[in-house]
Amino acid sequence: MAETLPEETTGTAEPGAAPAEADGVVASADDAATDDTATPATPEASDTAAAEDEFTEGWISMHVWRGDQQGGEFVEFTVEEQEGEVVLDVIHRIQATEAPDLACRWNCKAGKCGSCSAEINGKPRLMCMTRMDTLPEGPVTVAPMRTFPIMRDLVTDVSFNYEVAKTVPAFQPPPAPPDGYRMQQVDVERGQEFRKCIECFMCQDVCHVIRDHEENKPRYAGPRFFIRFAELEMHPLDTNDRRELVRQQGGLGLCNITKCCTEVCPEHIKITDNAIIPLKERVVDASYDPVGWLGRKILRRTKRSPEEASAGSQ
Amino acid sequence: MAEYESHSYDVIVIGAGGAGLRAAIEAKGRGLRTALVCKSLLGKAHTVMAEGGVAAAMGNVYPEDNWKVHFRDTMRGGKMLNNWRMAQLHAQEAPERVHELEAWGALFDRTKDGRITQRDFGGHRYARLAHVGDRTGLELIRTLQQKAVSMDIDVFMECKVLRLLTDADGQVSGAVGYWRPTGEFITFSAKSVILATGSIGKSWLYTSNSWESTGDGHAMALWAGADVIEMECVQFHPTGMVWPLSVRGLLVTEGVRGDGGVLRNSEGKRFMFDYIAPMFQAETAKTEEEADRWYDDHANNGRTPDLLPRDEVARAINAEVKAGRGTPHGGVYLDIASRRPAEYIRRRLPSMYHQFMELAGVDITATAMEVGPTLHYMMGGVRVDADTEAATVPGLFACGEVAGGMHGANRLGGNSLSDLIVFGQRAGIGAADFAEGRTGDPGVDDAQVEAVVAEALAPIERDGGENPYDLHHELQETMQSLVGIIRTGSELEEALEVLGQLRERCGKVAVGGGRSYNPGWNLATDLPAMLTVSTAVAQGALHRKESRGGHTREDYPTADPELGKVNFVQRQTDRRGPDAPITITPEPLPEMPPELRELLEDGH
Repeated sequence: MAETLPEETTGTAEPGAAPAEADGVVASADDAATDDTATPATPEASDTAAAEDEFTEGWISMHVWRGDQQGGEFVEFTVEEQEGEVVLDVIHRIQATEAPDLACRWNCKAGKCGSCSAEINGKPRLMCMTRMDTLPEGPVTVAPMRTFPIMRDLVTDVSFNYEVAKTVPAFQPPPAPPDGYRMQQVDVERGQEFRKCIECFMCQDVCHVIRDHEENKPRYAGPRFFIRFAELEMHPLDTNDRRELVRQQGGLGLCNITKCCTEVCPEHIKITDNAIIPLKERVVDASYDPVGWLGRKILRRTKRSPEEASAGSQ
Repeated sequence: MAEYESHSYDVIVIGAGGAGLRAAIEAKGRGLRTALVCKSLLGKAHTVMAEGGVAAAMGNVYPEDNWKVHFRDTMRGGKMLNNWRMAQLHAQEAPERVHELEAWGALFDRTKDGRITQRDFGGHRYARLAHVGDRTGLELIRTLQQKAVSMDIDVFMECKVLRLLTDADGQVSGAVGYWRPTGEFITFSAKSVILATGSIGKSWLYTSNSWESTGDGHAMALWAGADVIEMECVQFHPTGMVWPLSVRGLLVTEGVRGDGGVLRNSEGKRFMFDYIAPMFQAETAKTEEEADRWYDDHANNGRTPDLLPRDEVARAINAEVKAGRGTPHGGVYLDIASRRPAEYIRRRLPSMYHQFMELAGVDITATAMEVGPTLHYMMGGVRVDADTEAATVPGLFACGEVAGGMHGANRLGGNSLSDLIVFGQRAGIGAADFAEGRTGDPGVDDAQVEAVVAEALAPIERDGGENPYDLHHELQETMQSLVGIIRTGSELEEALEVLGQLRERCGKVAVGGGRSYNPGWNLATDLPAMLTVSTAVAQGALHRKESRGGHTREDYPTADPELGKVNFVQRQTDRRGPDAPITITPEPLPEMPPELRELLEDGH
């Protein structure tokens, strides 16, 4: 089991950082005192000069943001380099040795649940999917997602996303035929691309509409929910029409297609090209097509009929 | 008495994976006040990890498939230790539950004529698994999550439940837990409580399970006086990655073998042909040539032995490694690269391809994978009534992985997702019926709450003591080496002794920091459940003196027909709780009606 470098555990905090991170550092010191982390590293440290060079070479400097709503800063942890590790492995080692109370979310450690989103060297990444050996030489910074309020350390309050989710009208198919719905593979594939979303919320994190403008949050659904709207809009069986909703409450117009969301998507969903742009086109059609507008005014229709929807799927 | 946040519901569901979500949807659909309480964010549960598909005899690909064949496959896979009624209900109701998912927005892969397509999987007679590429679990959980959200079910996310509460009559009447973000305690009064807490894997070193799988539900049921059964029946997935480290514990779906992948030892030999048990000989290929023809012509060829039920495969891999024919890292090779074109592999297994490339720099279209047995699934669990999922304590229900009986001694791939939706719905109905019949608010017993709170706070208040991470690691090493895939009596006895020591040390755990989102403290509050469950597994394994399904005894290598007729039932009687002893007794399996027994006997 790799150990953290003991003599640097508590002394490496950035100068001047002492007051705000006092809790974290004190916890580390207590921990180092109560278990035997110091002992196993000693034999290596007392080896020859050549070994000592290798020793320093084989260590990584992790700058992990620690703090809460009141504030915080980066704390340095020096950990031994190991083959075939991802950032989350290293965070776990720090928890198990120096900082047992270091907060981070994770579940599957396989890139499937989208829990461990963080900003690694300034870029939104899944910690479980970022190999240490792909990061450039030098210290690695790990910070929480900036767009959401801090809970503690690497954990943010992502409830904004769950609130937006509640505003999306549910899927509404026509009644099922006796032998089940029929859909063609090519038709379900469009929606399947969007349903690959693991809700890591990194597209929301990187989207400048809310990243830099807190005031936009109440009127902006964000890329994750644009793909949800697009998925439902393109679903062969759905009968709900959400175009007006995504334009008005969803704030689709605020997106100026900079494609930042697409770049960070760990599932490589083409958020901008395949969801947002087609959605913008459909919304424009719905809002500004004078014949359609007049038709809706007269018939007061907001939904496609089930017959129409299923006819579209044949 | 301190003031805690408190809530009152008709039904609370603990756990928000597939089973919990499905149960909550059912209870809420009945118009009952329903809450869903989960340790993580909504939609992150272990269900997302299921890749292969959901088993349902819809007959879309093979019209000759039906529930009777599915029932037979399930019982045979479970080595007849299954609760026959659960296996029957599961086989009968799975197709309807899958169609229901589609009506709620799921987008399954299609056949040419536009129906839900189905794929082959180990132990299933016909291609039966409805799927979405290799991310079926995600599709299932997202569909149920979106349905639950649209029904406005109250969700308590990142809320860890510590203990069930009982009333004066011993009926379950609620639960007490804490919010992980703040560490503040919370109580629930509930007429019915549904456990849907999933698995136990985190007590082992090599597991596919996430940190959440600490066996909370198994343990809480025991502590509330409920029976658990078949705790010795733990499934090790035969093909978890053993190397490189960044992917260790990741499972390689059986779909790889369904789509042409084969197992080879270090000599390059397809060794599975040496491990075909007599009961599978009739339907399994005798030669590599026949096996290779089978992929395109199921009717005239035996199935490749690479697709034998997963316990058979796991045991074969273990034997090869022990015989010195394993890989440098203690596994065997899973080779699809040399057998199928790269384009085909990328299309059939997109997320697996993507995952290995990104995580480990391994290209599965070019090189063989190094795989070995990894703890994957818990067959044993809370003893329930097959029709209602009621536990043996009134007011308590269980569904999904935390419930026992459905899968017997071994679960077939694909039967877990169908288990979640079939018994999730039934538990929702059972709990709703019970809640409707229970008058008044059960209330919350302050003394019980205070005792639980004091126990939970002790590691924070204690001044110096055991590091919870160290204790956890020791537990994992103990269970991995002494209660792993191959077991022996002496090792199990040793394990029970070590577990006793660990339980004592668990009372001395101390953590630094505060209560707000403190993983060290969270782990400290998970440890009592992990120790209780580990003890039950070791104890069950010691008493089942035979090899059956997922349970393999080196000192009792064959199945004992007499033990095939009993469940080992464990419970706490006089004293209850993390430090109380657990008794174990063999009890006869429910009697199967003759018309179902016939289904198992005829050849199909």
